[in-house]
Amino acid sequence: MDLNYTADDLAFRDSVRAFLDASLPKDLQDKVLNHKRLSKEDIVRWHKIVAKQGWVGTGWPVEHGGTGWSPVQRHIWEEECARAGTPPILPFGVNMVAPVIMAFGNEAQKRHYLPRILSCEDWWCQGYSEPGSGSDLASLKTRAERQGDHYIVNGQKTWTTLAQHADMIFCLVRTDPNARKQEGISFLLIDMKTPGITVRPIIMLDEDHEVNEVFFDNVKVPVQNLIGEENKGWTYAKYLLGHERTNIAAVGRAKRELLFLKRVANEQRKNGKPLLEDPVFASKVASLEIEIMALEMTVLRVLSLESAKRGPGPEASMLKVKGTEVQQMLTELMVEAVGPYALPFDATYLEGEREHSIAQDDDAAPLAPYYFNYRKTSIYGGSNEIQKNIITQMILGL
Amino acid sequence: MNFNITQEQQQFADALRRWVDKDYSFEHRNKIIHSEQGVSGEAWATLVELGMTALPVPEEQGGFNGSAIDMMVVMQELGRGLVVEPYFATVLGAQFLKLAGGQEALLEQVAGGELKLAAALGEKQSRYEMFDIATTAKKNGDGYVLNGTKTVVIHGGQADKLIVSARTGSGQRDTSGISLFVVPADAAGVSRRDYRTIDGQRAADITFSNVQMPASALLGKEGAGWDILEAATDYGATLLCAEAVGAMEALNAATLEYLKTRQQFGVPIGKFQALQHRMAEMFMQMEQARSMATLAAVKVASSDPEERRRTVSAAKARIGQAAKYVGQQAVQLHGGMGVTNELPAAHHFKRLTMIDVTLGDTDYHLARFAAQPGFKKSA
Repeated sequence: MDLNYTADDLAFRDSVRAFLDASLPKDLQDKVLNHKRLSKEDIVRWHKIVAKQGWVGTGWPVEHGGTGWSPVQRHIWEEECARAGTPPILPFGVNMVAPVIMAFGNEAQKRHYLPRILSCEDWWCQGYSEPGSGSDLASLKTRAERQGDHYIVNGQKTWTTLAQHADMIFCLVRTDPNARKQEGISFLLIDMKTPGITVRPIIMLDEDHEVNEVFFDNVKVPVQNLIGEENKGWTYAKYLLGHERTNIAAVGRAKRELLFLKRVANEQRKNGKPLLEDPVFASKVASLEIEIMALEMTVLRVLSLESAKRGPGPEASMLKVKGTEVQQMLTELMVEAVGPYALPFDATYLEGEREHSIAQDDDAAPLAPYYFNYRKTSIYGGSNEIQKNIITQMILGL
Repeated sequence: MNFNITQEQQQFADALRRWVDKDYSFEHRNKIIHSEQGVSGEAWATLVELGMTALPVPEEQGGFNGSAIDMMVVMQELGRGLVVEPYFATVLGAQFLKLAGGQEALLEQVAGGELKLAAALGEKQSRYEMFDIATTAKKNGDGYVLNGTKTVVIHGGQADKLIVSARTGSGQRDTSGISLFVVPADAAGVSRRDYRTIDGQRAADITFSNVQMPASALLGKEGAGWDILEAATDYGATLLCAEAVGAMEALNAATLEYLKTRQQFGVPIGKFQALQHRMAEMFMQMEQARSMATLAAVKVASSDPEERRRTVSAAKARIGQAAKYVGQQAVQLHGGMGVTNELPAAHHFKRLTMIDVTLGDTDYHLARFAAQPGFKKSA
């Protein structure tokens, strides 16, 4: 057993740090570290900087323009990005649709879409969920009927993250309503500018516009936008779900946010002393820090299985559950830490349109919105209850 | 980075498991527990034969110089098998001898299985603060005279020699002025009250009245025992963490088996989602516990005491939480059977609960973790 990085890993980490030091714009870093909202331009700007370095496709093979990194290198990259406070590289193109295109798309699709994903030419969103389907994804109802060289798509998707910015959407659609529910589904790529598509914002608890409903009204989609075979979409969707889940626990960000929480708790006073010295509060923070330590070790254990080409299988479900629990505990303690200063709400400040928050506490201003927003994490991506079902069936065999 | 255990470690684990399965069945263990001695000479002989007593001892004294990772592998198996022999107590005692230095002869006896040890540290008022020592060792010519009472000394009644913490100076709750001694259990003035613990192990309350000790009984330097005491008990806590992981493995396996076989309303109860989700949580708790037990085993030998305290306390606290969840849920999922004394699962639950209150419980270690200087570091 050896829990140390190899000399090669450490050299790799140094090169990542050097790149981040030189390339991460200060204004973007400030936004991330101060929990402000990122615009489309912020995210695209960072994506293009990373693209120029050739480091967007961290899970991609070299032949498609990926880095060909090992699981450990990817982990180091993700951890260093989190530490530095970079904007995210959105997963919808790079980590979700791209692996499906690589595995099941035709040559033309690969040649067209993959370079555009790497360069952020196309902003992708995911058309999986539907009203009423929830975690029962296969119950989807959006119809695609073949008419000559087109499909005519009718129906509705929901919870579509950042669809308001999207150029493309990858959708699961029902192409055979008479087949068993998993068997009549196809995987379609749809241009968001196609007539008949309407995007309606859904505003979250923090009053941010993050997700949307997407309506399809007789939308004409060329047949060449079908991935793989008709009615085999569920297979591709499952492939996607099993792909690229090493960073699901987001330990790097949790470590950074823990330091932020401690800073805030050191500055807040209780009985004339730093809140972090209050035994009751300190005990909660200590529990959380220990949970993050345990999660990091568990992630590294799963990663070492993955390096040995033995996973991550259902272990990813465990990382999702424990990772989101940690994230939610962090945001909960942040609100507790600032107490009454959680009350003032200043969306203008969060959008970066005002330099300081209206109540003059820039640390505290984003924390309640952050907490409310993060209640989503135990629901999205397959609710934590669904993840427990997966553990139950795949690991425990019940 | 790799998390694999070595072939030798796997062989140790396999040998132990075969012995437990074959010769240390639950029924046999029950007989041992209810025997007058509460431990088995035969089982001890087998542990010695399997090399377990030699494992932690340095090679120069006839041992295998096993690391904390080696010991983790062993303790997991003992935890799984609910072994009640005085192995942990002896290894903990040996750790004091190793850290103090100059105890080669005794360590050779430990390696050969001829010497059983116990660490007599706690007192009525001390709870988990091992520096809170009222027992005194007063200078007497070349030697010392020992007076005081130690409580709930794990396997104190089975030990040949005792490692005793005593005050040679400073106030009752100071970390300075603490000295450590090796005292033969049959020395004049030592009286032991040996009893069964609720988890089937043994412990003793031990009184020392005017026990005469030669200068050679002193471990390390006079008045400077605290560093050794703290490092040794951190090592002990790490072993307990590993034992707890083994106990959780056994408990989860038994519970899973029960969910698959016990029928109610015409189906195995494992078909009910309310129960499935708890089983999934038990599994995750065990994996988080295993991560922390591993981390502690890697870091307990760290040359940086703050790093050692921080990691060991993190592990003991997290494992205490996991053990409580896994233990309580296992009993609940076993239904009425779970609250009887007939099931091994119930005994794993009892052992897990007692591990939490040995060498510092969850709250104690959370507070100790938060008291390390590194805890207050922030962004």
